Amino acid sequence: MKFTESWLRTFVDPPLSTQAMSHVLTMSGLEVEACEPVAPAFTQVVVGQVLTVVKHPQADRLNLLEVDVGQEKPLPIVCGAPNVKPGMKAPCALVGAQLPNDLVIRAAKVRGVESFGMMCSEKELGLSAEGHGLLELDSEALVGMALRTWLELDDTVLTLKLTPNRADCLSVWGVARELSVLTQCALKTLPMPEVDRWTAHASLGQDLAPMRQVLLEDPRACGRYVGRTLHLDHPERPTPAWMLRRLQRCGLRSKNLVVDVTNYVMLELGQPMHAFDDTVLQGNLSVRWAQPQETLQLLTEQTVALTPDMLVIADQRGPVALAGIMGGMPSAVTGQSRQVFLEAAWFAPQAIAGRARRLGLNSEAAHRFERGVDFLLAQRAVDYATQLLLETASGTAGQLVDCAGIIPRRPQVLVRPERVRRVLGLALSDERIGSLLAQLEGQLQVSQEPKGFWLTPPSSRFDLNIEADYIEEIARLEGYDNIPTQTPVASMRLSARSEAVRDPAELQNRLVHRGFQEVMTYSFIAGSELEKFTPNEHSIALLNPIASHLSHLRTTMAPGLIHTLRYNLGRKQERVRIFEIGRCFLVGPQHTYQQEQRLAALVYGSRYPEQWSLASEPVDFFDLKAEVEALFPVSMAPRFYPYTEHPALHPGRAARIELGQRTIGWLGELHPRLVAGYELARAPLLFELELAPLLSCSIPRFVEPSRFQPVRRDLAFVVDEHLPVDALLHCLREAKAPFVTELDVFDLYRGSGLPNGKKSVAFRVVIQDTERTLTESDLEITTTALITAVSSAFGAELR
Amino acid sequence: MQDLQSIQDEALALFSAIEQPAALEDAKARYLGKSGVLTERLRSLGQLPVERRKLVGEQINGAKQALEQALAQRREQLSQEQMARELKAQALDVTLPGRGVLRGGLHPVTLTLQRIEALFRSVGFDVTDGPEIETDAYNFTALNIPDDHPARAMHDTFYLDPAHVLRTHTSPMQVRYLQAHALPVKVIVPGRVYRCDSDMTHTPMFHQVEGLWVDETVTFSALKGLLVDFMRCFFEQDSLQARFRSSFFPFTEPSAEMDIGCVICQGQGCRVCSHTGWLEVLGCGMVHPNVFTPLGIDSERHVGLAFGLGVERLAMLRYGVNDLRLFFDNDLNFLRQFATR
Repeated sequence: MKFTESWLRTFVDPPLSTQAMSHVLTMSGLEVEACEPVAPAFTQVVVGQVLTVVKHPQADRLNLLEVDVGQEKPLPIVCGAPNVKPGMKAPCALVGAQLPNDLVIRAAKVRGVESFGMMCSEKELGLSAEGHGLLELDSEALVGMALRTWLELDDTVLTLKLTPNRADCLSVWGVARELSVLTQCALKTLPMPEVDRWTAHASLGQDLAPMRQVLLEDPRACGRYVGRTLHLDHPERPTPAWMLRRLQRCGLRSKNLVVDVTNYVMLELGQPMHAFDDTVLQGNLSVRWAQPQETLQLLTEQTVALTPDMLVIADQRGPVALAGIMGGMPSAVTGQSRQVFLEAAWFAPQAIAGRARRLGLNSEAAHRFERGVDFLLAQRAVDYATQLLLETASGTAGQLVDCAGIIPRRPQVLVRPERVRRVLGLALSDERIGSLLAQLEGQLQVSQEPKGFWLTPPSSRFDLNIEADYIEEIARLEGYDNIPTQTPVASMRLSARSEAVRDPAELQNRLVHRGFQEVMTYSFIAGSELEKFTPNEHSIALLNPIASHLSHLRTTMAPGLIHTLRYNLGRKQERVRIFEIGRCFLVGPQHTYQQEQRLAALVYGSRYPEQWSLASEPVDFFDLKAEVEALFPVSMAPRFYPYTEHPALHPGRAARIELGQRTIGWLGELHPRLVAGYELARAPLLFELELAPLLSCSIPRFVEPSRFQPVRRDLAFVVDEHLPVDALLHCLREAKAPFVTELDVFDLYRGSGLPNGKKSVAFRVVIQDTERTLTESDLEITTTALITAVSSAFGAELR
Repeated sequence: MQDLQSIQDEALALFSAIEQPAALEDAKARYLGKSGVLTERLRSLGQLPVERRKLVGEQINGAKQALEQALAQRREQLSQEQMARELKAQALDVTLPGRGVLRGGLHPVTLTLQRIEALFRSVGFDVTDGPEIETDAYNFTALNIPDDHPARAMHDTFYLDPAHVLRTHTSPMQVRYLQAHALPVKVIVPGRVYRCDSDMTHTPMFHQVEGLWVDETVTFSALKGLLVDFMRCFFEQDSLQARFRSSFFPFTEPSAEMDIGCVICQGQGCRVCSHTGWLEVLGCGMVHPNVFTPLGIDSERHVGLAFGLGVERLAMLRYGVNDLRLFFDNDLNFLRQFATR
């Protein structure tokens, strides 16, 4: 909502500066988004009239003018504007004038000819960015008058950022009404428009157009319809300058007199209006729901297919306007329309809401109707428009057509002072509450039992339906600043958090300590990227993506991390270790959306930061595997299996990660094909894990430490080259050999001394009892159990 | 025969001139060894008259002790010199950098989230998390934003299908949390939210923290108190100015926007606050009865307060970041600036 301060002040004129007034509006919920002067500061510019124009003797493009500025003698002024001509009126900056951009006008000689002032363009006065030639003023402009006065330039345009509940402030009158309440400053009464003197009288032999009938097929959708036919003598006349100025400053473009007047009435009163070319309309009108297959060419020239949930104004042939949204092109009013039909109606918000947006239309009328228009305004608006039109164009006004439908019942609500005080935490007296509510201009009745006030909202307000709505009004009118800021009081209850649950922050910190930088990438990415990593997952496309490279929800975080890698390699980074925690999205069974959180990381470059004492070795699979292992709580070791089928990973350098028989992620080196495709110098390594399994851990449980010496036995087994070591380790651990407290791989050997296709894996076994020192035979039993387990499972031989 | 004193002087001079431990032991043998000079003298005591034996014996023993003491001293001295040489040879340039230093860091949005969480936890708020794919019903309808409500136009919504959206705010978690928990509740919900809007000051993904407190003692005045306290703690400015402006959200009433005095210019007016001295930092209000009623919550008994914080906005103000988009460019040179802990 954009309007000028001077217009507002014609209705309410509080003794406040522009800034102070803006502050009052902003604090009350009518946020003043912008507050801009109509024109920059300048002085001593007056209306001048060019009397004579003579070519400059020394310069082709310059003219020598005599300009009447209302002084005794005309001023000689040199001027280079191409559009200058005798008789025209234009701004003239006198000697001593200060113009924008710190320009000061002095008496000067221009190529040998004296000049006492400067004729100005719009650009030179800072009124617009462009300006070819002098600003031509109306022929009625008073010569010698200050230009700021003539053009009303000492004004400010205010832009309100209105919330959808305050449709009552979508007009200058509405804002004035609100400002009057907020500042306790009297609101001027709206003058009743005078129409009588133009009304056609058959008794005087005037031609009466037959009165058009209007049928409201759905009286709930259209609660009121007021119209009138006008005969205009001079529809081509220009819109009065003062009206044009207000419209333009409020951001509306001038079309023709009739359209400008309907817009003006809407801006001032808040009642959207429409004008039809009456000669195009056939017979009576009806306000009805559109029928299937109906179409309408709108004022924007686009033809829309109407649907049965769209309300239309139709004549006998079909729809002529989209009710409350936009008129049709065929019946549009032009500067030549001598017979027009004015419409002001009340449409129910539900009958209008959403349609304009669906059709991609920008409509001031729909904007107001879907938020709620004062249902008592229609006739006043038609009369006011009639008056304004006939004052300029002259002509006759037909009889008023007024059809009443059903206005929704206004809610009667009880507001209880006790409740007001409790919700706001503010000690307001009943009297104070009553007086604040009385300012709303609805109906107010005091109630003794139950104690409170019965309220019916004014016709302009559609946001006052329940007690809470009035509590907000009371807070707003009292001023949020006047509600105390109190430290809250609450019962002290500890928040219970299980010790067996880890916070994701623990994992984040762990990774940070291990040299990883956290990143945050978008949750959406190109579908083609996801194809490379998860061709078998059913990904989710956005219906309205913001760009084609952000078209799908990610099924994996890997491509986002690779893009981050590439972005940073392009910025001369050489070693990159990054991680992200976030959701991945895919379509699961029964077409459900799955969106669990994951943790993913990427490493690239050397193992350690480049350093004087460390050889620069590339980071490898086992470096990253250590990072994965470090993320799991000690009590929950994951298992790793070869993962040859992942489409984006090197088939020989990838592992599937299992926890409790369930795959929860993967780890591996990027497939050489993708390394080449992404134009990377070497292969990054990545892992991705479901987050939830990482967040549980066990609570420590005490076991008596042994007082007896541990014994270490090293067992090396010769096994088939392709047997995963984990299989051996797992088998040894599951062998349930007695007294084993530790069991780990410490050596791996291939080469001379071993048969072809075999490798030797050496295990460190620590054996210890809590009760006694173990004997040789105890140890023998343990080692035999281990050896037997792997030899029977894998044919492993002790080396 | 050489007199005892000159032997002793000669030996002491010799010892102190010797630089090598082995040579010192050789010199020791010369005077104190089996056939050393003093040993020989002692051995020849028997040839002296009895009355002189005692005196000469004492003199020889005195010289012997003096030599042994000098030897021990010299030995220790040589050993120390030796050690000093070795240590010197082993010396490192301690100014060289240490090996294998790993430095990582958290994203500034995470730092901000952790700080917000810690502050609200300190007054008993729980922290939870919710789905990012949300149903139209939770994202809008349950929050008193029916179909075609003009407030929907305030949200540029990403749709997955006609019934599912990427949540446009964290507020749907108000409803989900109330459905799953008995009253009273006191919770914050941090998370990613989405709007299809992208320009200088908007990214299609950003973070919010939703706050909800429903209890019998909650008031609008407590809402003001809680949030002013929070902002003062967050920015570590005890006298931070704050103001609440009337506003509109379909799911709160009364609704308010909170502004704080500009933390960049201390309210003097600067580019960040558009020369107003104020910064809009959050929206808040009292939970609307239309949210409570379908959940079976008695609005007469329980009152709720709710608020929604923009995390990137707070991070920008806190750390002086001047471009929102930097948070998601993931330039390591930018991100590493936040690894100050």
